[in-house]
Amino acid sequence: MHAGEAMNVPECCQNIQPAPATRAGADSAAKIVVQGLNAWYDRRQVLFDIRLRVPDRQITAIIGPSGSGKSTLLRVFNRLHETVRHTRVEGIVLLDGENIFTLDPRALRQRVGMVFQVPNPFPKSIFDNIAFGLRINGLRDHLAERVERSLRRAALWDEVKDRLHRPATELSGGQQQRLCIARALALEPEVLLLDEPCSALDPVSTARIEELLITLKDTCTPVLVTHQMQQAARVSDFCYLLLDGRVIEGQPTRQLFTTPRDPRTEAYLTGRYG
Amino acid sequence: MSSSRLAVHGRRLFSGAMLALTGLCAFTAVTLLMGILGYLLVHGIAALNWAFLTRLPVPVGETGGGIANAVVGSARLVVLAVGLAAPPALLAAVYLSEWRDTRLASVLRAATSMLNSVPSIVVGLFVYGTIVVRQRHFSTFAGGVALAILLLPMTLQAAAAALEALPGSLREAAFALGASRLQTLSGILLPAAGPALLSAVLVAAARIAGETAPLLFTAFNNSYWSPGWNQPTASLPVTIYTYAISPYDDWHRQAWAAAAILLLAVVATSLITRGLLHARWRSHERP
Repeated sequence: MHAGEAMNVPECCQNIQPAPATRAGADSAAKIVVQGLNAWYDRRQVLFDIRLRVPDRQITAIIGPSGSGKSTLLRVFNRLHETVRHTRVEGIVLLDGENIFTLDPRALRQRVGMVFQVPNPFPKSIFDNIAFGLRINGLRDHLAERVERSLRRAALWDEVKDRLHRPATELSGGQQQRLCIARALALEPEVLLLDEPCSALDPVSTARIEELLITLKDTCTPVLVTHQMQQAARVSDFCYLLLDGRVIEGQPTRQLFTTPRDPRTEAYLTGRYG
Repeated sequence: MSSSRLAVHGRRLFSGAMLALTGLCAFTAVTLLMGILGYLLVHGIAALNWAFLTRLPVPVGETGGGIANAVVGSARLVVLAVGLAAPPALLAAVYLSEWRDTRLASVLRAATSMLNSVPSIVVGLFVYGTIVVRQRHFSTFAGGVALAILLLPMTLQAAAAALEALPGSLREAAFALGASRLQTLSGILLPAAGPALLSAVLVAAARIAGETAPLLFTAFNNSYWSPGWNQPTASLPVTIYTYAISPYDDWHRQAWAAAAILLLAVVATSLITRGLLHARWRSHERP
């Protein structure tokens, strides 16, 4: 996280250290920087003074118990919280050094894709599920190639190439979730938000999606919300723990799981929290 | 031991009795429809033939003749009512489902349910007072407006329910791809609710096709082809009413036959609607 801590970073996580700055004033190693973020549903505050950094081209996991504000935090990153009435947010979220609240939300969502807890394919064909996002964002040329490319990246192409025009709802749950990932990847997002993407899936499908996430790192920055600590440990490079709307600790994943700094992290990881 | 076996025996007996009772009630509901249709056909079969559907009525005293003008009149009234009321009903349903917690939505919801419970004869009187009296004559237009007022709240409620039944995750998925509200509606939500929206319109159309009271003093009646939207027109329900209260046996038979045709048309519409709702989603072939 800070330069001074570089010594303690295990080998597997050393590549998260800052790359040479490409822009004055901006820390190029951080894709997303959150500063002093507070959020409310009606009058109930759900996020308190959140400060965190999402390293570029690494998988960042946000773990914590149900109701700790993980999903809310994720929804602020693409401003999807604004589609729900009575939500209010204060604070700063920077994407590549730019305040996301000054961007056009639709342009932001093209750059920051999202995959939801329960697979939610559109009631359209497999092809049109992916083509919808491309069409509305004006990417109408080479539609078939773009669809194929995103299905390949989501490791779904071989299973669906012969039935692209069949309803997406005919796919299995795991396939539907990979279709939703492909749908988000089609817009070539810089960040991919995943809100407990495996909680509705069986272990085999879960393993396939975890493998897939790791391959995405070369082109985008996945941010994974999960209540499964093991999943965070398996796939993420960096990990934050949220409890009751507050960031308790953020460290390279192996470090967080082996040498947590905060006693509450240790309590949570060993199942003694609360 | 024996008392518990007795209890089990009692429960089985009760279960069997309830099953028989519910089965009997279900059977009664089905028999009622079949009974009405059968009764109409038995009484009207003598008058039911091709000429009945294609000819105009003949003067009192002559036997034969048909109700072609009433069939066409009803069709024109229903089409006019659907044309007038379905578009605003569907748009208002979109408003209700998209802005469901606004103050206007709750006002609209309450107004719709009140409008839905206004007796149809009151709607007829309203149109009589506002259109017929002012124009100084009955007209197809006035009848269509009266039916449209009845169709509007029925379609609105059913269409809003269909849109609100769509999972919120579809809307979220579209927004997350950068879709605007309009793109989400036109690209995802309306296509997903399409069959249900169409069936909302068809069910309401079938319902108003049988309305008599609002037509009595708006569209009135006509023994001939109605020459235009601005002239009175015959319709199936009013023809049934007129023929049924007449003193002529031949007209009675024709009233039964006309009723059978009206019922068959309504049943056919409802079957089409059920087909639409159960139709498996088909893929759109695109390059």
